Amino acid sequence: MTTEQVAADSAVPLVVAEQVHKRFGSLEVLKGIDMQVMPGEVACLLGPSGSGKSTFLRCINHLEKIDGGRLSVNGHLVGYRQKGDKLYELKDGEVAQRRRDIGMVFQRFNLFPHMTALRNVMEAPVQVLGRNRKQAKDEALTLLDRVGLGDRSDHYPSQLSGGQQQRVAIARALAMHPQLMLFDEPTSALDPELVGEVLDVMRDLAAGGMTMIVVTHEIGFAREVGDTLTFMDQGVVVESGAPKEVIANPQHPRTRDFLSKVL
Amino acid sequence: MTTTEDPTVPPRDAPVPIKAIPQRHPWRWVSAVVLLLLAAMLVNSLLTNPAWDWPTVWQYLFSPQVLRGLWLTVWVTVAAMVIGIVLGVILAVMRLSPNPIVNGVAWIYIWFFRGTPVLVQIIFWVFLGQLYKYISLGIPFGPQFLYFNTTELIPVLVGGLLALGLNEAAYMAEIVRAGISSVDSGQTEAAEALGMTRLKVMRRIVLPQAMRIIVPPTGNETISMLKTTSLLSVAAILELFGTVQLIYGSNYKQIPLLVVASIWYLVFTSVMSVGQYFLEKRFGRGTSPVGRAKQKANLRARREGPS
Repeated sequence: MTTEQVAADSAVPLVVAEQVHKRFGSLEVLKGIDMQVMPGEVACLLGPSGSGKSTFLRCINHLEKIDGGRLSVNGHLVGYRQKGDKLYELKDGEVAQRRRDIGMVFQRFNLFPHMTALRNVMEAPVQVLGRNRKQAKDEALTLLDRVGLGDRSDHYPSQLSGGQQQRVAIARALAMHPQLMLFDEPTSALDPELVGEVLDVMRDLAAGGMTMIVVTHEIGFAREVGDTLTFMDQGVVVESGAPKEVIANPQHPRTRDFLSKVL
Repeated sequence: MTTTEDPTVPPRDAPVPIKAIPQRHPWRWVSAVVLLLLAAMLVNSLLTNPAWDWPTVWQYLFSPQVLRGLWLTVWVTVAAMVIGIVLGVILAVMRLSPNPIVNGVAWIYIWFFRGTPVLVQIIFWVFLGQLYKYISLGIPFGPQFLYFNTTELIPVLVGGLLALGLNEAAYMAEIVRAGISSVDSGQTEAAEALGMTRLKVMRRIVLPQAMRIIVPPTGNETISMLKTTSLLSVAAILELFGTVQLIYGSNYKQIPLLVVASIWYLVFTSVMSVGQYFLEKRFGRGTSPVGRAKQKANLRARREGPS
């Protein structure tokens, strides 16, 4: 936490979570998550399956509604508007508006199968931001080039490998010029030889100063690219800090136990 | 070696092809002979039994009276399906709405229109004028501004069309709902995460993908509708069936005239089946085997082209 506190003095955090609670029915998935992510920071979330890390990520762009605590992105509460000491639920349209600035990449890619790679990337800028098609197309082609898929723009997702699909999905999210990118186990559904190409794109993105929250099992990526690493288990943050320190010298027995299994 | 570098060219020392005696299918031959025999008997009876009365069939097949009835059948089918599909999509989206009032209205609509016979609904619409002589617009329980004579506002044909269309909407709603539900929820999440509104997600992402599931049963419904229009004959609407009924009512040649109607129904259901094939291909882009085979061929051509 010390590095974060030092950074917090100099700048305003982009994402602030305070005691975030989330339950599905009687199952409490998040039991008070505290977290801060500074602009330009790459925050990695690590933990066993069922630890709540994906749920927490989905709360950040309001794909899940939180039941308690506070969660804000760029100074705006997620899903609510505050007037005085009262909270008002945002309307669907306002929620959609807030999501424009947050890109999300899913474990299962979720590309639109009825559209080519190019159309997948163009869709949101044209439909949501109202860009003209020509401009959106040029920008989409540039983005596809950037993720190494300039020559695959007219392919449908079913004609692309998993790694290529995930890179298109990253380009699709970037087309909205997000301030924050959320990655939900972006390489977990990939064949091992395809993981590298997706991590390379994410590495470039991090080097370019993008703020990223990455739920991952790629310890190597977390150590090399991550600015912070947060280890979660059973809905709570067990420990967090600089990735190298947490990985080399875990303080908590649960972290030690988990790392010994995945390293 | 060039053979190992290019996988599309078979290596020179190709493995010896397998020579095996193919499976025999004696029962296919037996069944084909039996069917041919039965078909020959059928054709024979069609040609030799005078009761089929082919000259009369031929006489009426293209008669202006029958063609007028046919035209009415076709456009009523199309119009009723348009009403059914448009209203059906709206009802399906309403059914999936989180708003309980919107959802409930759709539920009641489907419950009612699916739960009563379409024949009863046709008669109800056609005779609406006996139930409500006037229809007026105004303040509920207060003064009324506009009065319409019901039978003038809804002539018999419009009533019949409304009955078919509104009834169809209830069935289409369930078909569309099934299609929407078949689309992976990850698609909605991805679209919402990009900042799309619910309506845009539905229109741009979910419905186009749902079409793959919606089109085949909709083709079914259209074919069914073509034949259901014959029920309008009870309201003295002279569509195809009503027309031939009218004709055989005066000349008593029931069989040949029913053959005339059947031939036309078959012709149009066949045409619709062809249309359905092309629609399925169109909406299978990126997923259907047909579409994919074509895309693969394109890919191959592109890959081989420049090299």
